[in-house]
This record gives sequence, structure tokens and C-alpha cells, in this order.
Amino acid sequence: MERYDVLIAGAGVTGGMIARELSRYNLSVCLLEKENDVACGATKANSGIIHGGHDPVPGTLKARLNAIGNPMLFEACRQLNVPHRRNESMVCAFGPDEEPAVDRLYQRGLENGIEGLEVITGDMARQLEPALSTQITKALLIKNSGIVCPYSLTIAAVGNAMDNGVTLKRNFEINKIEKTDGLFTVCSANGETVQGEYLINCAGCAADKIAAMAGDGFYTINPRAGEYMLMDKSEGGRVSRTIFQTPGKEGKGILVTPTVHGNLLTGPTAQAVDSGDSTFTSAQQLEKIQRLAAKSVPGVNFRQVITSFSGVRSSVDGGDFIIRMSDKVEKFAHVAAIDSPGLTCCVSIAVYVVDMLAQAGLKLTEKENWNGTREDPLAFSKMDMDQKNKVIAENPAYGKIVCRCETITEGEIMESLTRQPVALDLDGVKRRTRSGMGRCQGGFCSPYIMKLIAQHTGTDMTAVTKNGGSSYIAVHKL
Amino acid sequence: MNRKLICIICPRGCQLTVSGEKDNLTVTGHACKRGQVYAIDECTHPVRTITSIVRVSNREDCMVSVKTATPVPKEAIPQVMAAIRGMTVQAPVKTGDILAENIFGSRIVATKDID
Amino acid sequence: MIKHDIVIVGGGPAGMAAAVAAYDRGVTDVVIIDREDTPGGILRQCIHNGFGLHKLGQELTGPEYATVYAVKVAERGIKVYTGTTVLSVTQDRIVTATGREGIVQIQAGAVVLTMGCRERSRGALNTPGTRPAGVFSAGTAQKLINIDGYMPGKKAVILGSGDIGLIMARRMTLEGAKVEAVCEIMPYSGGLTRNIVQCLEDYDIPLYLGTTVVEIHGKKRLEGVTIAQVDENRREIPDTRRYIECDTLLLSVGLVPENELTIAAGISMDRVTGGAIVDENCHTEISGIFARGNVLHVHDLVDYVSDEAERAGCGAADYVKNGVQAGEYIPVKAVGGVRYVIPQHINRNATGEISLFMRVAQPSGKARITARQGETILATATKLKTAPGEMEKLIIRPGLLGTGEITVEIEQL
Repeated sequence: MERYDVLIAGAGVTGGMIARELSRYNLSVCLLEKENDVACGATKANSGIIHGGHDPVPGTLKARLNAIGNPMLFEACRQLNVPHRRNESMVCAFGPDEEPAVDRLYQRGLENGIEGLEVITGDMARQLEPALSTQITKALLIKNSGIVCPYSLTIAAVGNAMDNGVTLKRNFEINKIEKTDGLFTVCSANGETVQGEYLINCAGCAADKIAAMAGDGFYTINPRAGEYMLMDKSEGGRVSRTIFQTPGKEGKGILVTPTVHGNLLTGPTAQAVDSGDSTFTSAQQLEKIQRLAAKSVPGVNFRQVITSFSGVRSSVDGGDFIIRMSDKVEKFAHVAAIDSPGLTCCVSIAVYVVDMLAQAGLKLTEKENWNGTREDPLAFSKMDMDQKNKVIAENPAYGKIVCRCETITEGEIMESLTRQPVALDLDGVKRRTRSGMGRCQGGFCSPYIMKLIAQHTGTDMTAVTKNGGSSYIAVHKL
Repeated sequence: MNRKLICIICPRGCQLTVSGEKDNLTVTGHACKRGQVYAIDECTHPVRTITSIVRVSNREDCMVSVKTATPVPKEAIPQVMAAIRGMTVQAPVKTGDILAENIFGSRIVATKDID
Repeated sequence: MIKHDIVIVGGGPAGMAAAVAAYDRGVTDVVIIDREDTPGGILRQCIHNGFGLHKLGQELTGPEYATVYAVKVAERGIKVYTGTTVLSVTQDRIVTATGREGIVQIQAGAVVLTMGCRERSRGALNTPGTRPAGVFSAGTAQKLINIDGYMPGKKAVILGSGDIGLIMARRMTLEGAKVEAVCEIMPYSGGLTRNIVQCLEDYDIPLYLGTTVVEIHGKKRLEGVTIAQVDENRREIPDTRRYIECDTLLLSVGLVPENELTIAAGISMDRVTGGAIVDENCHTEISGIFARGNVLHVHDLVDYVSDEAERAGCGAADYVKNGVQAGEYIPVKAVGGVRYVIPQHINRNATGEISLFMRVAQPSGKARITARQGETILATATKLKTAPGEMEKLIIRPGLLGTGEITVEIEQL
């Protein structure tokens, strides 16, 4: 039976970043993921914001990890070559009723030790962002906040961890955890078993079930779905900063933000749902997004929507992250209820968790040859024409465009199939290369990419899936 | 017989009515002679050109498009499709190549070149 | 940098017809750039028949129609860069393209944009529900079946009764799938009557008008869709929901001209057609750049695409030989029931016949379409029936053109 020093349940951004942090040390680490790819839960469907840290209640773990996590995440993005941008953000008040909320957030930010906060007038806000509504009377400007591509970040973190020796097991849906002789034995739904001395629970919406399986299920996750609408790049320049609304009757409000890839994103809504799989969208919520986004930025052209999606966040009553060693089960770590600002905190959480494990007895000796950088997966697209021609001369696949909306070449698709963590399905290729993310949403390129996946894996197109499991695309060969 | 159909000869789409006995059908509602002929053919021996694909056995993941060289009886469509589904061909194939003879009074021909 | 007199972007039916026309007009240094390994565009997957009746006087399948033009291109020795994608076109007509041989830059005397169109996707429809596998645009399913030889599913619902949707309903049925329904949100079909008869009625496939898909179900693979009737404002009518079990949803919900290169080149666009603004020679507002085919406005029949693209080929050839045609531009406006007219403006000094192409906004019975310039009737035609799905055409005879705005309108008779 395979035996590791540390097992991590869940390859979202938190699990991935912890794996990378652990990969610095002479440890055997195995990351267990129930889906066919990493970043398949809340990680792939959230706002992608690197929060400044003004929002969490002072004194909470969220406040502390956000404040230190913001610069740590920017640094990790640089090391891992993940698309990110410090684009600043604003929380906007619409009229005198909402203005005190801006002042409260400013005070809260100061208490949290956040620098670069400024309260500005509506006119100043519109000077910075001409597309903002004339109804905005006051705003909090947050200069240290930014945007990042959350699944690129996770793929890079896991890839970097794997380059440094971490093992990734996919389609490993944990259904039993036993602890005997100081060792966790973890079984999957399809009969695989691994053992580990430490077990870290980063299972997102399933964290409460994993905790219960391990013998310390003291909390219940309340899955909360947030729906989003993503607009074509023609709308991407509508605003340069992330535009928040003050919290009000309709929840935390709807944000309008550019993405690092140049699209415009609006959302999220917030509804209680049954489970982490409840990623459906509804007409009412999509209508609400349009109505509330137009309140901040009246010019958003919703005819340019290219997709809508929903991400399910794992929240608990009380609201703070649950990050601690189990009181009941030795060497079992809870890393649960990682909802907003979880993405911003992924690196600070990872460092915090590794410290926590060390205090619990995990022996950390640094590897001599640890390499925390990862080669840029978008390197080809950033080359000039002469460099590209050199690459194409060596490998003609880099000359052949497969996805025309995003200008992705066959060479880049092949890279996504061969570089850790390799893409195994269409969505995996899409998240790594952006093929199929454009306005045609894969209409033209998906059969071609299916063919490349089939050729690469020595199967035919009936074996190719959208996102693993029974998500097959072609049912039979004619 | 008293059957209503929409003429498909041109985009105008006349509403045709065919009435009378088998050898003595009358058509009303047509705006031209072609519509009248279509209506009677459609009621006595409707025919269709069938198009499909056939696997090219000596090329990887390659299909050649085919059609019936002339229209076949409408009621024979399932059998014609069954015949086409049972075929494979070897490249090279040229547009117009006859791939099968005597398929309900027609032939299966290639509609694409495969080198 | 390589130089060519005329560079044609896209080797589908429009691009090939334009290339042949330009060559025959006397400009022989013409090249076509096409991203596929074989020219022909979307016709290569349209294996059904019904092409060529107007233009070639015979009924052909899509691949056969493409071959007719590919042969004409080959006979003239016109070079086709295959497997090559154009990355950009600049206002001074530098075309940058990439292929397995590398990235090339071509200085063109004239450029003809013939990139065609693409299908609207599920995302653009914003249909609520889950996001499982098994939701395809009809053209993607067509490619999977007809080019790659794989069936996308066993039990299908088709949303949209455009021609591709209708054709795919028959195609899926012929290959053994069960097509449960074709749903059309409008009270009338967007497809040709011929296709409704031969693709749906022949196979007893129900067509539900005024009906749309309101929810998509299924976690990994599609498990079913909920359909519902809609009112005249396309709002769902309560209590009309119905669940249909299916593993495949094909979307045939409209085509969008593929104008990313056009927009990036800074060419003025028509918001109604989604294509460039052009004159009677298909000349855009950027000197030496022409556009025609589905990239200019979406057509119902390929025959008209070829026909019109010849105009663009000739326009480009004349431009290479003689430069810009002098003269002021007369605007052409669609009014009263006409959705758009192409060209959007006409050169006052234009000679020869001028064809106007238009689409009506609503289906109607007997109607008259008239092009006027002030009090003068430039062209008029009476139609027994009109439909938004079908292109209408008027021809202005030589010598009639005066000054002032031209309007095109439709009157019910």
C-alpha cells in the first residue's frame, strides 16, 4: 500500500497551495482529488479577487490571514507565472444611506492594518472610472487589491508541487477513513487505498463529511451558490478596477470586474444550496445580476455575455475559517469553511497550516533543490514574431491555430496534455490554454481538441470527456 | 384521396391539395406546373436523395460523404441507410466514384475527394 | 514581406468565388488563406443536398458544391495557403497569418474578407440550469458526425428551427438517434419550407413553435431539458413547462458573422447585420478592404453567397487596377418593415446594375418591396410571401441613380 507522510484531501486552491508549501521539505505528500482535475470546486468559479483586507471582522482568522496573505499571493503569482494584476478596487455607496458603510469599512480596514485605503467622493470615483453610475456618491478606494485567475493559480501551484515531488491522485473520492497505529488509511469510492501519517482536510463543501469520517465532525458546511455572468472581451475595458457595492438588503451586492484575461465578470449572487455539486444557474438570479451590475456600471452590455456559471462556496455559521488541528483525532488538520477571502488567503493559509503541522510534530527539513518557480504556460503567446517562428520551425504544431477566438495553437494544447498536472479532459485543456473560452465557447475547436486528446492517450473520441466521469461527448463511432 | 401538402419546389411554399383517385389525381393551390408535378409525385411515389457518410478504412478517423446518385423511394430510406452503414471504402476516393450499385434502383456515389 | 495583388481571407464558398472572379477580371496574383487543411469552409460538413440550384443549375451536396469551386481555383493556379490562420489585417493591408510553416506577413494590394460566420453558443442564450456534456451547437454536432464519424448522442432535443437545426434533426435520425422535438421560440420557423417538410415531416419529428428550452438538467452528461411556451414578448407562459428526457441538446439559434479581424482592423460596422458597412462593390470604409459572404450578412442559400462574392472579387480587382472610385456616397436606409439593406451606401458614380439585398423583419403575405430616392422609384418587386429567413433582392437598373438618400421599404398588399 502506498504510504505518505502527509495526505491532503482536496485539490482546490487551498489544498494545492498547501501541497506546494509542503513540497519545500523532505516529505512524501499525496494530494487526493475526487474530480478528474484540480480546481474543480469553488476554486474554478469565484470572483478571482485578491482582496485588500478591509472587509473581514477585525480579530478573526480571516482578517489576519487576508492582511498577510495579500502580498504573499502577489509574490506567489510572480513565482508561478500566474496571470494577475493589481487593478485596485472600490466599494461604492449610492446616496447618503449607504455612505456610512463606506466609512465603517475604511475604519475596519485601518484596524486590520491595511494600507492604501482612501475614501473618495462620487466625482473622484467617476474620474478614475468614467463608466460608474452618476448615483454613486462616495467610495472606498482599495489600492492593494488585485485580480488573479484562480484555476491557473491552482494548476500552477499543484504543478509546481508535483515538480517538487508531490503525488496527485484524481478521481479519488474519499469514502472511508480509518486510523490505526498512528496511520490514516484512506479509501476511495472506486477501491483505491492510501496511507498517511498526517491528514489535512481541504475538501471544500465536503469538508464536514470528511471530518466526520475521520472522527471529528463538529461542524456543518452550508453550501452557498454564487452565480456569475462572463462577458466577451469587447466589454472587458468597461472598468479597470473591481467595483463592489456596499452590503445591503440584497446581500453583499454584485461586483463588476475585469478579469486578467480581459473579459468582464459580474456576480455573485448568494443562495443556500444542497451540496457542492449544485452548480446550476437560474433565470431569477441571472436577472438579478444584470439589474444590480447595471446599478454600478449602467453601460454593461449583457448581449455580450459568453457564459454564465455558478460556484458553490463552503461556509459555516459564525463565518470564520476553521483552521486548526483536531482536538479529537491526532495529526488530523481541519482547513474548512474557506469562503471569501479564501482565494486571497491561499498562501497565508498554506504557511499557517504547515506551521501548525510542525507544532503538531511534523518534522520539516528543507530540500536542497526545491524550486518554487514554474515556467510560464503562456510563454508562447507572449513571444514576438521572430521567437515564435523559431519555435514553429522546431515544432510546427505551434504554427497551427486550433482555437481561433483565443488564438491557441496545437502546440499549446499539446503542452497542456503533457505538463503536470496534465489535462485529461476538454475542460482541463480549456482551463490550461483558454481554448474554448472565447465567444464561440468551443463550437469550432472542441472536436479538434477531442481528437488531440484521443491521439495522445491512444483512445478514440468516445473516451474523451468534458470533465471526467460520465461526461462523455461522443457516444459511439459510426 | 384528399391530401394537403406544402410545395417545396421554390421558396413560395404554395399550399397544395391533392384529391381524386390513384390514376386520376387533381391538384389545386399550385401556382405553377412544377408544383402540380411535385404534388402528384409526392402522392404516388415520393422519392428522396439520401446523403450520409462511409468510413474510409485505410485512413485514420476519416469519413467520406456519399449520396444516392438518384432519388430513392421514400419508404426505402431505412434499408438504404442500413446498406450505407454496412459499407467501408478504401482511399483514394474521387467525387462521383460509384461505391455501391443496385441500391433500390440507385447507386451510392462519393461526394468528396479523399486522397 | 511577401506581396500579392489580392489576399482573400477565408477559403469557403465566398472566398473561392471572389478569388475566381478577381482572377477572371484580370488580376491573376490572387491568394486564398484558409485555416483548414482543405478549402471549402463549412460546406465540407454540409453533406446534404440542395446546393447549387440557383447558381449552378444542378442540385449538389455541400462537398460537391465546394469541389466545383475548388476545381475552378485550381484550374487558375490560384494559391491556397491551407492550415493557415490569419491573425490580423491592418488598414494598410498587411495580412499576418500563421501556419505549420511559420508566421507570414503579406502586403496585399487589396484584401477580401470572407471569414463566414459562427453559431451562437449556449452561453449567449444564457439558458439556466446545469452545464453538462451533451449540449452542442448544431454545427459542432454536424462536424462530429459528418467529418469525424462519431455520434454525439442517442436522444436529442433541438432548440431553434434554423436550417442547420432542421438538417441535423434528419441527420441524427438517419444515424439512429431519436429526435424528440424541435423547439422554436418564434411563432414561425427560421428555416426553409423544404427543410421543414423533408427533415421533420418525413420523420414525424414534432416542431413546437413559440416554445423554448427554459432549463438544462444533468450533472456530468445531459439528462433532460425543460421546455415551455413563450408569449409574443418571448416571456415564458406559466404552467406550460414540460420535461423531456434526452442526452443531447443541439442549438441552432442563429449565426453571427465572424468579424473579429474586421473590428480589429478598425473597419466601420453595421450594428444590425453584424458585418462591415460596404458600398455596391463590397468595399468597406477602409481603402482596399472588401467584405462579402456570411461575414457581411448571414445568407440563407450558398448560391447567393457565391453570387455576391463575385462582386467583391471584381471590386477588389478593379481597385488593384484603377484605385479608388471617385464620387460621393448616397446612403441606403432600411425603413418600415425592412430590417437591413446591403449595401449601406452607393457611390453616386456607380455604373451598371446595382443589387440591393435585404431581409424583412416579420413574415408576411403578399407584399411589395420598393427602393425609392425622393419621389423616384429605383426598383420594386412584388412578393407573394416574405419571411425573415429568406433574403430578398432588388436590382437598380443603370442610369436611374440620382442624388439623395435611398430608402427601401415593404408594404403589405
